[in-house]
Amino acid sequence: MSTPILEVRDLIKQYPATTAVAGVSFAVAEGTCFGLLGPNGAGKTTTIEIMEGILPPTAGEVLYRGAPLGARFQEEAGILFQKTALQDFLTVRQCIGLFRGLYASGLDVEEIIRLCALEKLADRDSRKLSGGQQQRLLLAIALVHDPAVLFLDEPTTGLDPQARRNFWDLVQSIKARRKTIILTTHYMEEAELLCDEIAIMDKGRLVAQGPPRRLLNEHFAEVMLELPRQGFPPAARALDLNIIEGADRVEISTHDIEGTLRALMAADVPLAHLRIRPANLEDLFLELTGKELRP
Amino acid sequence: MIRRMLSVLHARNLEFLRDRGTMIFTLLLPVMVVVGMGFVFGGPERPLFKVGVLDTRIDKQAYPFLGEHYVEFIVEKDVNTAMRNLTHQQLDLLVDPHGPARYWVNTDAPKGYIVEKLLLAADPAAARQPVTGKAVRYVDWLFPGILGMNMMFSCLFGVGYVVLRYRKSGFLKRLHATPLTAFEFLSAQVLSRLALILFVTAILYFGIGAIIRFQVAGSGLLLAVVALLSALSMIALGLTIAARFSSEELVGGLLNLLTWPMMLLSGIWFSLEGSPRWVQWIAHVFPLTHAIDAARAVMLDGAGLVQIAPHLLYLGVTALVFLAFGAWSFRWRID
Repeated sequence: MSTPILEVRDLIKQYPATTAVAGVSFAVAEGTCFGLLGPNGAGKTTTIEIMEGILPPTAGEVLYRGAPLGARFQEEAGILFQKTALQDFLTVRQCIGLFRGLYASGLDVEEIIRLCALEKLADRDSRKLSGGQQQRLLLAIALVHDPAVLFLDEPTTGLDPQARRNFWDLVQSIKARRKTIILTTHYMEEAELLCDEIAIMDKGRLVAQGPPRRLLNEHFAEVMLELPRQGFPPAARALDLNIIEGADRVEISTHDIEGTLRALMAADVPLAHLRIRPANLEDLFLELTGKELRP
Repeated sequence: MIRRMLSVLHARNLEFLRDRGTMIFTLLLPVMVVVGMGFVFGGPERPLFKVGVLDTRIDKQAYPFLGEHYVEFIVEKDVNTAMRNLTHQQLDLLVDPHGPARYWVNTDAPKGYIVEKLLLAADPAAARQPVTGKAVRYVDWLFPGILGMNMMFSCLFGVGYVVLRYRKSGFLKRLHATPLTAFEFLSAQVLSRLALILFVTAILYFGIGAIIRFQVAGSGLLLAVVALLSALSMIALGLTIAARFSSEELVGGLLNLLTWPMMLLSGIWFSLEGSPRWVQWIAHVFPLTHAIDAARAVMLDGAGLVQIAPHLLYLGVTALVFLAFGAWSFRWRID
């Protein structure tokens, strides 16, 4: 196997009151999209910031192309933080130009503007952009030097569904250029769509790692039956079924759909709003940690 | 390195130039202060003669001239200070009453001519020693102080709050993820603010100079060097405050802690000559004191490089020390 582009070994980050990362190891192959998943406080932002060279680890190391992070990594890594403010009074084009000037080589400013669909916004004050436009600008800034590896820390949090889909399209076009992408996200749909491999974090540790489909196949032979919680009779809770109760719905995982449906009908459970779906990453996270993935 | 620094410098300059409110305020405040001072102090002198007496007290019995009416007699302990005040017509006459009395009179001063007649009426044997020198109005004396004060506020608050804002907003954290170094970033901030301050100071110097009809006695080039080193020292001082803190209250408090004593003790409004030695010692720790002393020496006395070299050296050394400390203690992100 060729040397991974990024390798994280036994990473630990301790703060006076808490251990944010408690011994994490994984490797990222070049040209893939790697997703770090977990709820708030799982340690994924701390992990990605150590990988970016922004935070020093308490113990462990991060290797880029087999060597510790250094000048080469800084020239070849593009970063989109969870929150970033830019300088006031600069236009979109000037913001991109500022960051382009910080690297020895890279893409032409106009090319980056085209790549991130910012043509119509190029002369607009960067403070007057919508959330989705702002994220596109920050992505453009992360791409100014044509990086080999791109870090995206919760890039679509807070965006409306349309803006999120537009952003995913952009990330897919970057993926098509054979860039390595490290992504943290709350959104399972995002991870399933973009990631070739995922690592699920909880309480500073990895609880699972692998390609999404393989992980789902490993953990779920069943399908999920969803019913509204309202109207689910109390007596049905005593049935010999694998029932998981959420805030507004009841989920039943089963590999015997017919048998489960017969048992529910026998218990007079109304089936008018029944949904049957395959297990997804959210179910996987629930299975592994007993928690909802979203905060 | 130069390319990265220029990129940050260019962006910072654009940011400032488009911030019209700050720009107008930076230009308008000192103009208003100086024009106001010109109105208050630039009018005709009060009809009172001032005579310096080289002695420890005014002894009317020993020297009857010291009992003249409508003359204010001022004890002068330091002959050099007294001579400079006479040259600038801040004294109309200087007298040494010991032994055969001697007096110095500024032959360019009309009031010196009149008060000399009074002296000779009381003591015809007093020995005359003429000096020359044009009058220095208070507004002329104040002018370098106002320029220095404006420079101090612009240096300390301008750089301090800008870097703090960048840190709090996460912009510094984002820059840290690029090959930009702390030294490059700080140098760009220093250069941007330096260019701005020199530009603004030049506008104020020529603009207000024309309003109050000020004429510089020394070299304009030397004055520019004084301005350059003064601004550099005070910008670097501002960076030491902004280098690592993230709280507006703390940074604001520290900047006030620096600016208020400098404003009161650096000789902007009144001369520190005659003040207690410890006050003068504290005053000479402040870069602004050296900036104003050097500027006054060039602007009012026509001093050359040699005379103001100690001030320039102090400003240059403090600039380097502050800059080195700022770069060493610099933090890109909130801890």
